[in-house]
Amino acid sequence: MKQTSLYQVHRVLNAKFTEFGGWEMPLQYSSIVKEHLAVRTTVGLFDLSHMGELEVCGHGANALVQKLSTNDAGRLTDGRVLYTLFCNEAGGIVDDLLIYRYADNHYMLVVNAANIEKDRKWVENHNDTGAEIRDVSENTALIALQGPKSIGILKPLVPEQAISEIRYFRFTCNEVAGIPTTISRTGYTGEAGFELYVSADNAERLWNALYPEVIAADGQPVGLGARDTLRLEAGLRLYGMDMDDNTNPFEVGLSKFVKFKNRQFVGKNALIIEKKKGIARQMVGFQMLDRAVARSGYAVYQSGEHIGNVTSGAPSPSRKCSIGFASIVSEAMSNHNIDIEIRGKLHPAKIVKVPFISTGT
Amino acid sequence: MIPENLKYMESHEWARQEDDIATIGISDYAQSEIQDIVYVELPEVGTEVTQKTEFGVIESVKAAFDLYAPVSGEVIAVNDSLLDAPEQVNDSPYDDGWMLKIRMTDSTELDALLDTDSYQAHIEAEHA
Repeated sequence: MKQTSLYQVHRVLNAKFTEFGGWEMPLQYSSIVKEHLAVRTTVGLFDLSHMGELEVCGHGANALVQKLSTNDAGRLTDGRVLYTLFCNEAGGIVDDLLIYRYADNHYMLVVNAANIEKDRKWVENHNDTGAEIRDVSENTALIALQGPKSIGILKPLVPEQAISEIRYFRFTCNEVAGIPTTISRTGYTGEAGFELYVSADNAERLWNALYPEVIAADGQPVGLGARDTLRLEAGLRLYGMDMDDNTNPFEVGLSKFVKFKNRQFVGKNALIIEKKKGIARQMVGFQMLDRAVARSGYAVYQSGEHIGNVTSGAPSPSRKCSIGFASIVSEAMSNHNIDIEIRGKLHPAKIVKVPFISTGT
Repeated sequence: MIPENLKYMESHEWARQEDDIATIGISDYAQSEIQDIVYVELPEVGTEVTQKTEFGVIESVKAAFDLYAPVSGEVIAVNDSLLDAPEQVNDSPYDDGWMLKIRMTDSTELDALLDTDSYQAHIEAEHA
């Protein structure tokens, strides 16, 4: 298993580890619930260095990125971030990712850890514009600072005014505690926060600059356990759980990240056909009506009929009940009453709006 | 913190004997490993349970864990307060967090379980 440059730091903090996408990552330091609630109420510090970073540079970078992206990367200006998908020719989702535009000929793609190789090949195989593609994942560390107190912690560590001007889904290149950092106002928690990209050599220095401030603000280091419950409450999909190569964006509720108008991209033709045909399955959010926990793979019923399956599910530390996403047949959506089979017994649940919490981004 | 006078399973359930009745639950070590217990599923009074077979499930935020009966017999009491307050298993695994009382069909089954010292050794081996 691969380890991030902060592995020893996590060991010293007595983290419990888990395997994720080929990486040995902290699952939790204290308790998933404590870490989760810290992000909602104060601040949490995450090592996300397992995430992949691909640089697309040089002549044709612009065209290549635009050609692969379902969302309109042409709308990006320098210093902006775009959430988008790569789709294959059949319209299935290759990955979901963030695109950072540093300059017209310089982009960074932030991709899921388990998909780094797949995405690199995908980009390379479509590179007919002569762009330069570099996998910089090994040399890039990603530390996230998330929660209502994150701005107050970061402010004194950066040159004056550097972050007051960063709005949501924008970034700037500056210094944090004297360390060259791409400071990005993004996150996967539904809270205000930052994602900080630094060279792997500087990861420990940056962590050590932030950690005491986080603790002093009643915050916590946060592992992947709480990262999962935080993203779930915020209504954010996870690649590999809620979507994969065989699901299209419409089926998982990501149609607003597919922009057809005045542009070509890989998968467009298939997606137009799919949309015309009508979407047979839809992703919905659900909440359990008793205390039982619905988890990924469990069968969903309505009036005794099997209508789909849970794709992600967990107890919600903020709501004190279990929540999740389910992929169900579209006809079943008008009736909000469902049942979920848990160890052979049906438990009542209802379809609810996502996000499950009001977000503070 | 492992109380004396209890018998333990390698799967971390404990049994406390009073005549032919055994009270059962999970150990402090088990609750600290599982953490954040949010749901406990237990059988109803009158159910027959069999030693070393599943009798229920506990769920943490992260995963579900099967519970194994330390003894065979009839369930004569269930700690229903765990349905609304499953965190009692975390807070008080040997007292408020008890799960079932079982009228044992054969109390000599307890002899096959681990005593305090053997259980302590088992935890250390598992943790190493």
